[in-house]
Parts: sequence; C-alpha cells; structure tokens
Amino acid sequence: MAETVLTNPGHSTARLEGWRGIAADWASDQRAFKNVSWGKAMMWIFLLSDTFIFSCFLLSYMTARMSTTVPWPNPSEVFALNIAGNHIPLILIAIMTFVLISSSGTMAMAVNFGYRRDRVRTAALMLATAAFGATFVGMQAFEWTKLIMEGVRPWGNPWGAPQFGASFFMITGFHGTHVTIGVIFLLAIARKVLRGDFDVERRGFFTSRKGYYEIVEITGLYWHFVDLVWVFIFAFFYLW
Amino acid sequence: MTNAAVHMEGQLHAPAHGAVATAAVHASGQQHPIKLYLVVWGWLFVLSTCSYLVDYFGLHGYLRWSLILLFMVLKAGLIVAVFMHMAWERLALAYAILLPPIAVLVFVSIMVLESEYTHFLRVLFFAAPS
Repeated sequence: MAETVLTNPGHSTARLEGWRGIAADWASDQRAFKNVSWGKAMMWIFLLSDTFIFSCFLLSYMTARMSTTVPWPNPSEVFALNIAGNHIPLILIAIMTFVLISSSGTMAMAVNFGYRRDRVRTAALMLATAAFGATFVGMQAFEWTKLIMEGVRPWGNPWGAPQFGASFFMITGFHGTHVTIGVIFLLAIARKVLRGDFDVERRGFFTSRKGYYEIVEITGLYWHFVDLVWVFIFAFFYLW
Repeated sequence: MTNAAVHMEGQLHAPAHGAVATAAVHASGQQHPIKLYLVVWGWLFVLSTCSYLVDYFGLHGYLRWSLILLFMVLKAGLIVAVFMHMAWERLALAYAILLPPIAVLVFVSIMVLESEYTHFLRVLFFAAPS
C-alpha cells in the first residue's frame, strides 16, 4: 500500500489514535468528517439509511419464513434453469451475481482512473459498469417473467408458503430499482467525464457548481452499495 | 506523497490552480494500485463461486448456513473495505457508518423471538407443524 495517497493529506491522520481520535473529531465543534467532502459524507449517510431499508425488507422476509407453518419453496429448484438439456440449480442467479461483481470491478477501476484524470478510460469503464448493470436488470426482468408465467404472485405460488411471492417481488424489485437508478446515475456522470466537465471545471446545469472527479468515487460508492446489497440478498433469499 | 498537499481545505479536489496538464502528477483522492482492485475482484469471484457451490452440492443444516454466512461476510467486507475505500477513511467516518447497522442485529434477535412465538401459536391452534 506504498502508493496510497489520502484525500487532503493535511488532515489525513487523526490527531489522536483510535477512540480518542473519534471523540476529538466529533467533539471538535467543527465538521466531524475532517478529510471527507460533504458529497462523500452525504452519500455514506444516505447509504446507511438505505441499509436500514433493505435490512427491514430482509427482516420481514425472515419473520415471514420463520413463522409460517407451510413449507417454504426451495429457491434452488424455483430458480433452476434447463440449459442444453441440463437441469442446473440456481444458475441464473449465479450468473447475475458474477455480472454484478464484474460491474463492481470496472467501477472501482473507473474511480482510480478518475483520480488520475484519465478522462477517456474513466468514462469507458463507467459505461462498461452501466452495461453490466443493464444486463443485470435485463436478467432480472427475465427471471420475473419466468416466475410470473409459472404462477408466482405476491399472494401465492404453486410450491408453498404464499409469502414467498411477496418477499421475492419486494426485495428483488427494490434492488432492481436501485440498479436501474445506478445505471442512469452512471450514464449521466460518464457523459460529464467524457465531455471534460471536471477538467475545465464546467458548472453544473442544475447546481451551477463546479464538479470534481470525486463525483466518480461518490457514484462508485452508490454502485458498490448496490452490489453489497445483492451479496446479502443472494445469501439470505436465494441460498438460505 | 506531498504532491497532493496543494489542495487546501475548502477546495477539495480542485485542480491545482488550473495546472490540468500536469494533472496526472497531482494525484488526489483515493489512489491505490489497480492490481489491488484486480486481486479483490478475483477473490469476489472465488467467494461467489464457493457460495454457489454450497447450493450446487446441496449442503444442509448448520454447515450450509455457516458457509453461506462466512462467504457473505467476507464478500461484504472486501467490497466495503477496498472497493468503497472504508479501510482508508478516517476513523470518525468509518465508525459513524459501520456501527449503526449493529442495531439491525438487535432487531434480528427481537424478530427471531417474535416469529418463533408466532410459529408456536400457529402450530398450536391452526395447522399441523411443518
């Protein structure tokens, strides 16, 4: 990690170590997050609130599944696909997971090239991320279509506990919405990067404020969060 | 790494006095080697494959659940720490963001008790146990 450079190194290290440093920052009667811009801090706080929303969805799913006396449909079978005559369990979800992880990888590298002010590569990697995201949403649309055709509804399904449909549509639907918004966010920022807005400090259309390459990292935070939520959905809804 | 010190507080990430041409030298923000991201990316693939294999081989019971949780936590940790750069953020931010979700675990334990109680009542009064 020798090449690591922190944002605004004048404040990069806490004045005190560990908990004392945290207390000093929070009690400083100034800004608590010294070397973190407001944009990044607000994105983190938004993501924290989003964490609670998704937690509540997963919790209600857990409560429904634990309290029902009807057997829960086996996700391994429900999401199985027949590919070339082979019956492969959960394969679509596995592919979706890999697609989303790949998008996270390209996003992380986009952030890196953004801070190196490599305009073209940053935009290209962001567009690749958006393409992976769109692929993910497309596969999710396919999955929804398949399940709806098989008779899954929010109030019932052919295999077991009726709450399965409600949990499935609510959790994956909300996550898919997040991915869709992320794709739009990525395309908007990639356009700005490609146009060179952050090199010439062009002012934003809505805000009239200058933009910086940090917005790529902030976009990245949102995108990685979408991937992070999928990790939990994959574990609890599809694998459990 | 003093080259980034030109950025004063209040003008975070502003290009150093219009010196866009030398911008590549004036690296600011989170700078880490690309290789690090590629390694983490590879690990995420490996861990995802592992968690998929848990289902593929049809493991059951506590072995299945503990493996799912293990791979999940490792993946989440890698994403938050490296991809989201939390490992390099100031502690005041990291703790402000990472500690509150612990409240969710309290909520989980409450709802586990609650749903076991509901299940018990349903078995007792309505249905055959599953």
